[in-house]
Amino acid sequence: MSDLEHFRAETRAWLAENCPASMCEPIGGFDDLYTGGRNPEVAHPDQQLWCERMAERGWTVPQWPREYGGGGLSKDQAKVLQQEMARIGARRPLESFGISMLGPALLKFGTQAQKQEHLPPICRGEIRWCQGYSEPNAGSDLASLQTRAEDHGDHYLINGQKIWTSYADKADWIFCLVRTDNSGSKHEGISFVLFDMASEGVTTRPIKLISGSSPFCETFFDNVRADKRNLVGEEGKGWAIAKYLLTHEREMISSFGAAPKQSPGDAALAAFGADASGRLNNGILRHTIAQYQLDALAFGATMSRVGDEAKAGQGLGAASSIFKYYGTELNKRRNELNLAIGGEQALGWEGDAYQGGATSRDWLRSKGNSIEGGTSEVQLNIVAKRVLGLPD
Amino acid sequence: MALVLTEEQVMLKESAAGLLAEKAGVAQLRALRDTDDALGFSPAVWRAVADMGWPGIAIPEAFGGLGYGYTGLGLVLEQAGRHLSPIPLQSTILVGATLINELGSEAQKQALLPALAAGELHISLALQESAQHAPERTALVAAADGVGYRLSGTKCLVLDALAAQQFVVIARTSGSVGETSGLTAFLVPASALGLSVERRSLVDSRGVGVVHLDNVQLSTDAVLGNVNEAWQGLSRTLDIANIGLASELLGLATQAFETTVEYLKERKQFGRVIGSFQGLAHRAAELFAELELARSLVLKALQAIDADDPQLPLLASAAKAKLCEVAQRATNEGIQMHGGVGMTDEYDIGLYIKRSRVAQHCFGDYNYHLDRFAQLSGF
Repeated sequence: MSDLEHFRAETRAWLAENCPASMCEPIGGFDDLYTGGRNPEVAHPDQQLWCERMAERGWTVPQWPREYGGGGLSKDQAKVLQQEMARIGARRPLESFGISMLGPALLKFGTQAQKQEHLPPICRGEIRWCQGYSEPNAGSDLASLQTRAEDHGDHYLINGQKIWTSYADKADWIFCLVRTDNSGSKHEGISFVLFDMASEGVTTRPIKLISGSSPFCETFFDNVRADKRNLVGEEGKGWAIAKYLLTHEREMISSFGAAPKQSPGDAALAAFGADASGRLNNGILRHTIAQYQLDALAFGATMSRVGDEAKAGQGLGAASSIFKYYGTELNKRRNELNLAIGGEQALGWEGDAYQGGATSRDWLRSKGNSIEGGTSEVQLNIVAKRVLGLPD
Repeated sequence: MALVLTEEQVMLKESAAGLLAEKAGVAQLRALRDTDDALGFSPAVWRAVADMGWPGIAIPEAFGGLGYGYTGLGLVLEQAGRHLSPIPLQSTILVGATLINELGSEAQKQALLPALAAGELHISLALQESAQHAPERTALVAAADGVGYRLSGTKCLVLDALAAQQFVVIARTSGSVGETSGLTAFLVPASALGLSVERRSLVDSRGVGVVHLDNVQLSTDAVLGNVNEAWQGLSRTLDIANIGLASELLGLATQAFETTVEYLKERKQFGRVIGSFQGLAHRAAELFAELELARSLVLKALQAIDADDPQLPLLASAAKAKLCEVAQRATNEGIQMHGGVGMTDEYDIGLYIKRSRVAQHCFGDYNYHLDRFAQLSGF
C-alpha cells in the first residue's frame, strides 16, 4: 500500500470513529455553519465536539504547519482528507475569516511571535476575526481610506470609521487597514494592524440589507489602543498585505459560483414539464438555463484547470479577479433563474408556505456578491491593466 | 486527469506554432485566395506538415500513426486556428481518419490509415444535404441492386473536396429520414463513374465543394464497417470533429482577441490611446475571461476523447457551443474595436471573422449544439 493509500485508510477509520452522525447531515443554511469564537453560536452541540476533535489533529486547517496548530498535510494528503470527508458527507468543522483570509496573510507576512500568538486560536476556533477594510468614502477606491492611527510609542491610537465589516458585532478581533502616514501617495502610509474588538472605544452597528439579514456592520473607532506588536509587516507598507489577503477573499466569494446541487434544468423540468422529445416546455427559459449551465460547466473546469496549473507551477495572472468577476455574475444568474423557475413561490418573504423566504432572500443577497470584495468593474479594471496591459 | 498540458504537449504546441506561422499563415491564405487556387491549400506545405508527423498524431501506432491522442491533435488545430492555416488537417485527418478508425474493419484500417498518417491520402466526409447540419435527416439513398449498391444524390459542404481521392458518403440503406438507424457509410473513390465534384466558394476562401452522385455503382466492399450501422461511429466522429473545430476556434478567437488588444494599445483618439477608455477596456477584459473559460472546456473535452469518457457527447456539444459563442463575440468585437480599418480587406481581422463563421457552422452551430447540450443534460 502506498503512503497515500495508507493515509486514506487511516483517515477513513478515524472519521468513522470521530465524526458525529449529525455532522454528516446536509447544511441547512448560513446559520448552520460553525464559526467559533469567544461566544460561539451553537446550532447543535455536536458542532463544538466536531471542531475540537478535528482541531486536535490540526484538520480544521489541514495544510497549515503543525507548529501553528495546522495539520501539516501535503496537498495530496489534504485532497484525500477532503475526499474522505465528502464520501461521508462530513461538514467542514469550522468556517472563519481567520482561516480563509487572515491566516494566509499572517503565514506570509507575520513575525514568528505573531504567528505563534494568533494562528493556534484560529485553528481551534477560539477567536473569531473580522475584516476592517472598507470605509464610507473608500469602497472600490479602497486605498483612499482615512481611518487614522497615531503613533504613541509602544501603541497606536486609532480613530475613524469602517463599513461593511462582516460580523463585526460578533467578532473577537479585527484585522484592520489604518493610515499611519498621509504625506505620500494613497497606496503608501497604509498599515495592517490587529486589535481586540472588546477594546474600549470600539462600537458596532449592524446594517440591515435588502435581504432582511444583517451580516455587515458599521464600525466606529474612538481612541482605540492597538499594541505595536500587532502591526503586521512594516509600518506604512500594509497595502501589499491588503492586496494579498484580497486575493484569498475573492477566491472564497467566487466559490459561490460553483454548481448547485439541483441543476436549474432539473428544477425547471419539475415545474414546467417536457414535450415528447424531452425538451423543457418553455423554449425561452430552456435557452437561458442552457446558457447558464454551459457557463457553470466551463467555470468549474476553469477552477480545476487553474488549480492543476498552480500545482504544475504554471499560473494564470490575476486568476482571482477573473474568478471573482465570473463566479459572482454566474451566481446572480442562477438566482434570477431560481426566481423565474419558482414563480410566486420564489417571491415569498415570510412564512412556512415559502420556507421563510429562503429563495427570495438568497436572490437578494446574491446582488451583493459582485460588489463585496471588489466590484465586478474593479475586477475588470485589474484584468485590463495587469493582464492585458491596457494603459490608464 | 489534471487539466494541464504536459511538457511534451507544450513543445508540440510551440513547434506547431512555429511551422504554421512560417509556412501556412495568413499570407499564404491570402496568396491562395488571390490566385483563385482550386485546391485551397499548397501540397508542398502539406508535405512539410506531414514530415512533422502531425497527420498521424491521433492515429493508433498499430496503423502507422503516433498514437499520441486527440489532445495532441487539438493543440495543432488550435495553432492552425491562430494562423488561419490553409491545410486539409480538419477534412482529411480530424474527420476523415477518425471516420476510418471509428467505422472501418481491421482490413480497411490497415489499407487506409497508414497512408492518411503519412499525409499521402485525402479522404473527405460527404454528409450534409441541406443548408443545415442534421445528420439523422440523411435522405440520400443507397439502393441494393443484387451485386452492390447504387447511390444518387448531392452532398454539400464537403471539405477540401477537390483534393480528396476518396469520399466517405453517408447514405440511407433503410429506415426513414429522421431515424439514426439505417445509415451506412460508403467509401467512394473520387474517380467513380457518375461521381462529380463541383467547386464552391465560401466566405473563408478554403477548399470546399459539392459532390454529385449520379447512379454511382458500388460493390459491397465499399461499405465502411457494417450496413445500417454507421450511426454510432459517425456520431462519435462528429463529437470528435466538433471538439477539434472548437480547438481551431479557440486559437482563432485568441489570435483575433490579441490582435485587437494590440490595436487598442496603438490607436489614439481624443489625445489618448483608445485602450484607456473603460468602455473598451471592460469589454476586452470580459472577453479575456470568456476565452479562459473556453480554453478550459476545450481541454476537458479533448481529454474526454482520449479517456473514452462516457460524457463525450455532452462535452463535445458544450465545447462547440461555447466556442461558437466566444469566437463570434471575439471576431465581432475585433471588427468593432478596430473601427473603420476593421472593415478593410487589408487588415487581417476580416479573414478571422470569415473563417470563424464557417468553422462555427460545420457539423452544427451554436444553436444546434446548445440544444443538444440541453437535451443531453436532461432538459
